Order: sequence, then C-alpha cells, then structure tokens
Amino acid sequence: MTAPLLDIRDLAKTFTMHLQDGLVIPVVSGVSLTVQPGECVVLGGPSGAGKSSILKMIYGNYRADSGAIRVAAEDGETVDVASAAPRRVLALRRTTIGYVSQFLRVIPRVPALAVVAEAATAFGIDRDDAERRARDLLTLLNVPERLWSLPPATFSGGEQQRVNIARGFIADHPILLLDEPTASLDARNRAAVVELIETKKRAGTAIVGIFHDDDVRERVASRIVDVTRFAAAAA
Amino acid sequence: MTTDMHAPMDMDTPLLTAESLTKFYGARLGCRDIGFELFPGEVLAVVGESGSGKSTLLKLLSGQLEPSGGRVLYRMRDGVTRDILALSEAERRFLFRTDWGFVHQHAELGLRMGVSAGANVGERLMAVGWRHYGRIREEAESWLERVEIDPSRIDDRPTAYSGGMRQRLQIARNLVTAPRLVFMDEPTGGLDVSVQARLLDLVRGLVADLGLAAIVVTHDLAVARLLSHRILVMKDGRAIETGLTDQVLDDPREPYTQLLVSSILQP
Repeated sequence: MTAPLLDIRDLAKTFTMHLQDGLVIPVVSGVSLTVQPGECVVLGGPSGAGKSSILKMIYGNYRADSGAIRVAAEDGETVDVASAAPRRVLALRRTTIGYVSQFLRVIPRVPALAVVAEAATAFGIDRDDAERRARDLLTLLNVPERLWSLPPATFSGGEQQRVNIARGFIADHPILLLDEPTASLDARNRAAVVELIETKKRAGTAIVGIFHDDDVRERVASRIVDVTRFAAAAA
Repeated sequence: MTTDMHAPMDMDTPLLTAESLTKFYGARLGCRDIGFELFPGEVLAVVGESGSGKSTLLKLLSGQLEPSGGRVLYRMRDGVTRDILALSEAERRFLFRTDWGFVHQHAELGLRMGVSAGANVGERLMAVGWRHYGRIREEAESWLERVEIDPSRIDDRPTAYSGGMRQRLQIARNLVTAPRLVFMDEPTGGLDVSVQARLLDLVRGLVADLGLAAIVVTHDLAVARLLSHRILVMKDGRAIETGLTDQVLDDPREPYTQLLVSSILQP
C-alpha cells in the first residue's frame, strides 16, 4: 500500500457564537480518514452534517479545534494543516491542495479566461501552457467562447460555476477538494465534470468531494464516508 | 536544500519584523505589544475601527514614530537586517525614497500638488540617481499607462485630476523605484465604490506582478479580503486575532472579530 497523500486524525470542530451568548455549536469530532493517490473519497450525509466544514479545514479555511490534517507536501515533508503557519498553508494551496468551492468569488474586471489561467500560473505552469489549458477546459465545460474575454460577474450561476470548475481543475495539485462542483449543472456538463474527475484519478490525484446528485456520486466515488458517524456530541 | 549561488532575494527570511511594539501618548495607549513577521511578497492587512491603533502601528512600522517599547527590524537590500530606529537619517531617507512606498489615504499628502504628474513620478527616479530627462519622462509615461492614466495628461498637475486618478498617480509615484515594501493607509478610503473596485484590482495586479510586500491598513474587510494574505485584527490598541485572511474572515474566533464580520453584508 502506498503512503496516503492525506491523513486526517481525530479532527474536531465547534463554532462558538459570541454574538449569541457564547452558544457552542458542535460540528464534527473524531474525524479520521486517509486518501490514497488516485482515490476519490466522497463525504456523504445530510446537509448540516459537517461535510463542507471538513473540506474547509483540510484547505485551512476553517480552523480545527483539535486533531491533525497531515498532507504530503511538494518538498517531501509532511505538513499538518491544522497547526501550520499561515505562509505554509498558502504554499500548500499553491503547490499541493486544489479546491473547487461552491461559488466563484468574482474579481472585478478580470476576464474569465484569465481567472482560469491565473490558477495555473500560480501553480507554476508557464503562461502559454496555462492559457492553452484554460481554453481546453472552458471548451470542454461548454462555456461559449464569446464569454472568455468578459469578467464572470455578469455570467449566469451555471456559467460562473463552470468557470470555477475550470479554475479548480487546471493545475496539477496532488490533492483536490470538491465542494458540490456539479450543483446547478445540467446533465451534459455534469458528464464533463465526471470525465474531468476520472482523468484526475487516473493521474493519481487524491480527491475528497461532496456531491449531491446520486448518479455523479456513484460514478466517481472510490468509497463513500458517512459523515454522520463523526457527529459531535452537543456540548 | 538549494545549492545554487545565493538567491537575489531570500524568501524565507522576514523582510520586516515587529517585536512587541508599544506606543503611549502620555498616559493614553496607542498600541501595545504588537509582534509579527512579514515575508517578501506577503500582504498583511491591519483591520479595526477608528481609534483601534491601526495608524499608530503603521507609523511605528515605517519609522515615522518612535515606539515607547519594542522595535522594528528591516532587512536592507544588502541582506543585512537592521533596527530601523538605529538607521542614520540619510539611510532612512534612502529607504523612503527607494525601497519603501507609502500610499496615503489622502493623495494630496503623498503627492506634490504644485508640480506636474510627470514630475511627481520623475522626482522619485531623480532621487535614486536618474539624470537623463528623456528617459525619466519615458519611464513616467509608462508608469502612468500602468496605472491607467492617459499619458497625454503627463504635464497636468494633480490638482486637475479626479480623486481616483490622484490615488493611481500616488501609486505610480511610489512604485516607480521598485520598492520591496509598500505601506498603505486606507488606500480606497473616500473613493466612490466603482472607483474603489478599479483601484483595488489595479493594486492587486501590481502587488502580484511585482512581488511586493505590503502592509495595508483598512477598516474595509472587503479590501482586506481582496488584497491580503494575512490579517491582523486590532481593538483598543491590541492585536486580538491574526491568521490567514480567509480563515479569520470565514471562521472568526474572537467576539470582536465576529462582530466585525457580521456587521457587513458580504465580506
């Protein structure tokens, strides 16, 4: 068995709402899972079970209360995202962990093609290759070419989401986190995303994803982890 | 790990280090016990409401104010790290003219309003030894273009510019000497929303292209979100929370940070 790219141990998270008299909302506890190269682990369970929070902790977007998130970094070292310094986490995001969020965070004035290509140049891919990849991905995801030179702020929800997916898939991060990438997509584009995921798996990418459509989940999942088993006890 | 000749810029040594910076104005606290490291290419946002000590901190960091306690260390272009208060006046002026930029909220403070836009940009070049008039003018023109000011306006005085143009001119004036660190004090304060968006996008692009480190003081969390890698939240003169920008804004831990984040519509 090869070494996992991602090794999560006993992760726990609560939110303390200071504006509501310090109300403590338990999210998850005892989250342990490993992901091997080429595996797609799907987080299952009803909404509110903490699936998205787990992804956000792996990306360093949410803080963990306790536990470890060990990631095999580019330089061969193992980094614990839960305790790493901010600049180490930023370096991991550049080189190791890709993330497709539910919504595109639009930057004023930057055209769609540049939004996508930028994610590749940040990874270290040269500008020409980045642009070529961006064109290929936008074509594959059926984003009309007339939109490529426009900033995505005015695009429909589905078009923005496809730009977002292209942005997430363009680089070659060894670990990829997918937070409902197929929500708001039609069947044709869902199939394109499934194809992209399969390509990444064959290339050895370790994927953790959340998918609400059963057909996508069935097709891409190497295994499904039911997050309700990590339900945190109410404080 | 690397065996090649020493890199032009050591990315793993802090460019600027603040060590327990404290400032009292008489009995009144300006800021207390602030410490952090800033690395090359990193953008740190300092957020908090008026009176929280943000501006005091910025003045301490840039050597414009003497701290009551603590110190600021800066790695000079020769690679030697120095205490900025121990620099000679000439050395400090050199820093301000070349290796540092300072973008004021009110562009009038950062510009010379009585001379042309071209002279505003060219002046910084002359301070670092440029003498050839044609080359200075050419460089000034190219910087005006970079900050999206029509080069045909090069001979106009900033008094004839709009607020947004003045702010972009101030940025050109600061960046023309290729500084490694830029201090920004509410760079979008007082501008219309559409003008703000344009300026932010411009600054964001320049900072990334030039690999600048920056310390941006702002009360606007959207500005912090768009420009910064890390954030430092100040309240009553203290740093109450610090971390990755998206982490602090999406998962704020301190009561005051939660209040700040929940007080805006869409950070």
